Amino acid sequence: MAKTDILDKKPGDAGIRKQIVLPFRKSLQISLQSLRVRFFRNCVTVMTLVLAVAFLAFVLISSDLATGILNSNMPGCRMMLSKAGFDLPEGATSVGSSAKDRWIVILSLLVCTVGIVNAQLMSVTERFREIGTMKCLGALDSFVLRLFLLEAAMQGLAGAILGGLLGGLGALLAGLLRFGLAAAMHMPLAQVLASLGLAALVGMALSLIGVFYPALVAARMQPVEAMRAEE
Amino acid sequence: MASSHTIVRVSGVTKTFRMGRHEVQALRGVDLEIKAGEYISIMGPSGSGKSTLFNMIGGLDKPTEGKVFIDEVDIAQLDAYELAWLRNRKIGYIFQTFNLIQVMTALENVTLPMTFGGMSQDDAVEKGIELLKLVGLEGRHNHKPQELSGGQQQRVAVARSLANSPAIILADEPTGNLDLSTGAEIIELLRVLSAERGVTIITATHDYKMLNVSDRVIWIVDGRIDRIENRADLDIQVGEIKREEARA
Repeated sequence: MAKTDILDKKPGDAGIRKQIVLPFRKSLQISLQSLRVRFFRNCVTVMTLVLAVAFLAFVLISSDLATGILNSNMPGCRMMLSKAGFDLPEGATSVGSSAKDRWIVILSLLVCTVGIVNAQLMSVTERFREIGTMKCLGALDSFVLRLFLLEAAMQGLAGAILGGLLGGLGALLAGLLRFGLAAAMHMPLAQVLASLGLAALVGMALSLIGVFYPALVAARMQPVEAMRAEE
Repeated sequence: MASSHTIVRVSGVTKTFRMGRHEVQALRGVDLEIKAGEYISIMGPSGSGKSTLFNMIGGLDKPTEGKVFIDEVDIAQLDAYELAWLRNRKIGYIFQTFNLIQVMTALENVTLPMTFGGMSQDDAVEKGIELLKLVGLEGRHNHKPQELSGGQQQRVAVARSLANSPAIILADEPTGNLDLSTGAEIIELLRVLSAERGVTIITATHDYKMLNVSDRVIWIVDGRIDRIENRADLDIQVGEIKREEARA
């Protein structure tokens, strides 16, 4: 097969890979723009994450605070904790969350995942035409995927930060109300930060998991299919 | 000369869609050659398969059987990168529904293919402004698609299709969503581009205004090429064609 002037300048595979590009800065810019344009909708999606992360952070940090009080060896601290509703077996050195707490947290995260998947599925579906158009203009599957993952990561970050703050502050306030200043005085800072980090990480992961499948499906579509899908 | 070589060759292409349990044959074996620099109109009634043929030529859809060659390269053999490269550099698309990206301004829409093609931001902006000027949209760079009329949106789309100076422009019913005079303006714009830049223009249409500017008209009926007419023969026949259609 004779390759004439249209494709004969075509270099080897590596060359083509480099010839179709979307610089990271540009993808970041496009993602931010898409987020800004659909600001209200994104707020709702992010709220789902905020609530889930806040709840997780609240539960984790509450038990961190209780552990702090327990390890302070303050007179009467065991009594105080038991009164506040923590299960304390004899000789325990840390306050774990009860089985019931864990179940509630897991359930809340499950519900949140479903909510996020739903929201991201909607957001990808309503943009099929945009995706198809981009692919007609020469976008690779990976560009489409990257744009959606970036958006989800930014949503996840916002949700995780807000949720972590909200949950952490909530737990601290609740601790202060229940145990007075002792809660703040004996706060194990490292553990609280670790819990915050964990909650934020879970939030990010949820957001990315939610968007991954729909974005992958969208990215792999033939351009015509994508443009027909919406009509 | 550039006008002598074959830029698009379609051979024995069929396409079957599955609609639930039914199989619908949209194309039943099409052979076609298009020379570089030609202005081609693909005409035919709705459901005749012209859009399907059109999508095959543009590499947007794959034929069930048969082959499509763009400049003698079988596009079925291209991998994802090469196909993206082809769409990016060699083919410019114009759609009936404009398909601008709603969240971007006119200028960003025009520069997007250049960004994909690896052009630096400054060069892309400069070329984008130049192209918008070419289609008569000077000073509207920062308008979003919703702030532009249908005709203006289609002009942006024309500018976008020219972004990487493609060899072929594929226009799928470019005037379908426009009123008569706006449609005529877009057709005139395409004609000028074809004449001045030597771009091969292939349109799928059922707009008779398009006939006057086409070098050749390809009539598709029921998934097959019914006849191919040159412009010279056409003027005499236009009236007849209309009557035929009316009777059918």
